[in-house]
Amino acid sequence: MSNDIQHKHFTRSEMVSELLRKKALTVIFTLILLSAILFIAGLSAGSTVLNPLDVVKHLTGAGSGEHNFVIHTLRLPRMLLAMLAGAALGVAGLIMQGVVRNPLGSPDIIGVTGGASFAAVFFLTRLAGSVSIKWLPIAAIVGAAAVSALIYALAWRKGVTPVRLVLVGIGLSACTGALTTMMIVLNDEYSTTRAYLWMTGSVYGAKWSDVYSLLPWVALLVPLSLLFAKSANVLETGDETAAGLGVRIQLHRIGMLTISVALAGAAVAFAGGIGFVGLIAPHIARKLVGRAFGYLVPVSALIGSMMVALADVVARTAFLPLDIPAGVFVSGIGAPFFIYLLYRSRHQ
Amino acid sequence: MTHLFRRTAYKWAGLALTLLIFAAAFAASLAFGQTQIKPGTVWEALFRYDASVQEHVIITTSRLSRALIAAVIGASLAIAGALLQALTKNQLASPSIFGINSGAIFFIVAAAAFFSVSSLIQYMWIAFAGAAAAALMVYALGSTGRGGMSPMKFVLAGAAISALFVSLTQGVLVTSEQSLQSVLFWLAGSVAGRTVEMLLPILPFMAGGWIAAFLLGHSVNILTSGEEVAKGLGQKTLWVKTAMIAVIVLLAGGSVAVGGSIGFVGLVIPHIARGLVGIDYRWIIPYCALLGGSLLLLADVAARFVIMPQEMPIGVMTALIGTPFFIYIARRRSGRI
Repeated sequence: MSNDIQHKHFTRSEMVSELLRKKALTVIFTLILLSAILFIAGLSAGSTVLNPLDVVKHLTGAGSGEHNFVIHTLRLPRMLLAMLAGAALGVAGLIMQGVVRNPLGSPDIIGVTGGASFAAVFFLTRLAGSVSIKWLPIAAIVGAAAVSALIYALAWRKGVTPVRLVLVGIGLSACTGALTTMMIVLNDEYSTTRAYLWMTGSVYGAKWSDVYSLLPWVALLVPLSLLFAKSANVLETGDETAAGLGVRIQLHRIGMLTISVALAGAAVAFAGGIGFVGLIAPHIARKLVGRAFGYLVPVSALIGSMMVALADVVARTAFLPLDIPAGVFVSGIGAPFFIYLLYRSRHQ
Repeated sequence: MTHLFRRTAYKWAGLALTLLIFAAAFAASLAFGQTQIKPGTVWEALFRYDASVQEHVIITTSRLSRALIAAVIGASLAIAGALLQALTKNQLASPSIFGINSGAIFFIVAAAAFFSVSSLIQYMWIAFAGAAAAALMVYALGSTGRGGMSPMKFVLAGAAISALFVSLTQGVLVTSEQSLQSVLFWLAGSVAGRTVEMLLPILPFMAGGWIAAFLLGHSVNILTSGEEVAKGLGQKTLWVKTAMIAVIVLLAGGSVAVGGSIGFVGLVIPHIARGLVGIDYRWIIPYCALLGGSLLLLADVAARFVIMPQEMPIGVMTALIGTPFFIYIARRRSGRI
């Protein structure tokens, strides 16, 4: 990117980007290593503590099979689902922050997650008896998409500016929030508790089928978002600059929003309303590898997945026999951390 | 800014008219519901009470306290919203959008779950603490950083803080299931099922807040004409701002303690009041009190009919009314933000 613009300093900019590349690759490699350690540790920890070596043996197929149930049926799908959801939320947040050009503009703040929650709670309280629970993810994604389309349409006034997008989103999310509460309040006790637990965000009781259903979304959409890397870098500089450089702003914005919404919707569908990941993961990613979108995508995905996985491991082990929803933990740790980040950025 | 009542005489007449609307809304709140009661019977119940008449009992035991609570909360939230909009110079400010309501709610839910607090007067102090915590966090987040205080930053900071408190509240509720059912309806915002006795201990604080807001009116006028101007005129702006925050916390926190999460009143009403009387806060505050009370009374009446025979939580009702309004202002104003 930078060599296109700065022909005069060709060698120097090439050197800088080479340095950046090395740094980014080091970061990505380190994060993968940490994820692997977290993965093994997470599979070992729990009410039955396993030897990490046995876990590795099991994963490589050399195990004796005695921990088959604990690892393969209980912990592995839960771990994988947490990581996939976290990766999806991290990238969804990154893209959304780029589109609205504000570090606070993540899917959960501007109402996309609220739409998904509304649809899912509607499904859980009104339709769950007559329609198979398998359709819950579809309901959540449809909800996220519908609310996003509504936000975009309502923010449209000879084009869409990031400010209007955010403000309309916040207004709508207050509305979907109120409606969600209403459906929960006006229902019988059983579905209320279930819907509420879901809303809080939990990978409790994750099954392999959930993992297989979420995997294609993440595996497809995260690489797809890299296609927008160039326009994302330009869009960040502002509408005028972007238009001047020939980026078709509205078109690219819609494309990026679609990916972000689909990722957020899919993650919310399987893991419930886990907040703050889409807000924080991109922040940390930017601190680590700078502003180049191409590096930010994998780093945000890795950090997001580690956040949710770590939160879930701590939430299910620290308060045994209680199994606290991961979402509570993410926001309990994430929100103060986020405030700290904002405070820091002020002093730089 | 253009407004409707330009002469002082018109403003007084408008105030009388608003008072009339408020009285009508109050009467409607007493008369309409599952049991329809004739205006004449309402009058008799209030002034020639007869315990053997069923309608009289309905009015004095449930409808009257409900109407009083709706009026008090509506007035308080509207005044808090007006002060918040003046303080942050932000058209979109209101206690619910800024996370002040969710802060108070989280503190109450946490106190109920972990310290088994149950008396309303304790709830009130806890709600004040929660409202103050959220208000200070949002104010700090919104006014720091590059570019100083900007409306956009305030709204986003409010949304972030409110998301924080909402998820923490959910966390507490999920881990202690038995408390979930009992607080859910209250969480959604409701003025039903409360007695006047619950309102009485809080009323002096609320009334104090109203009076303080009215007395602050002149200082607020000076402050809204600009920080520099205010300082030039010898105003201690820090003190005025602190007093405004204190009144906002008092009114919003007290409202949450009684009625749970009721949003958008503090957003909509100040706009209407400014449209009627302009930018003089000595007029805006009383108009806000009467109009806010009327709005919540009417919303409460509507909430009884929308999904009969069940009742809609009034917080949902105000959100349904307020969201289109919020989006309208956001679309109109965001060019200037």
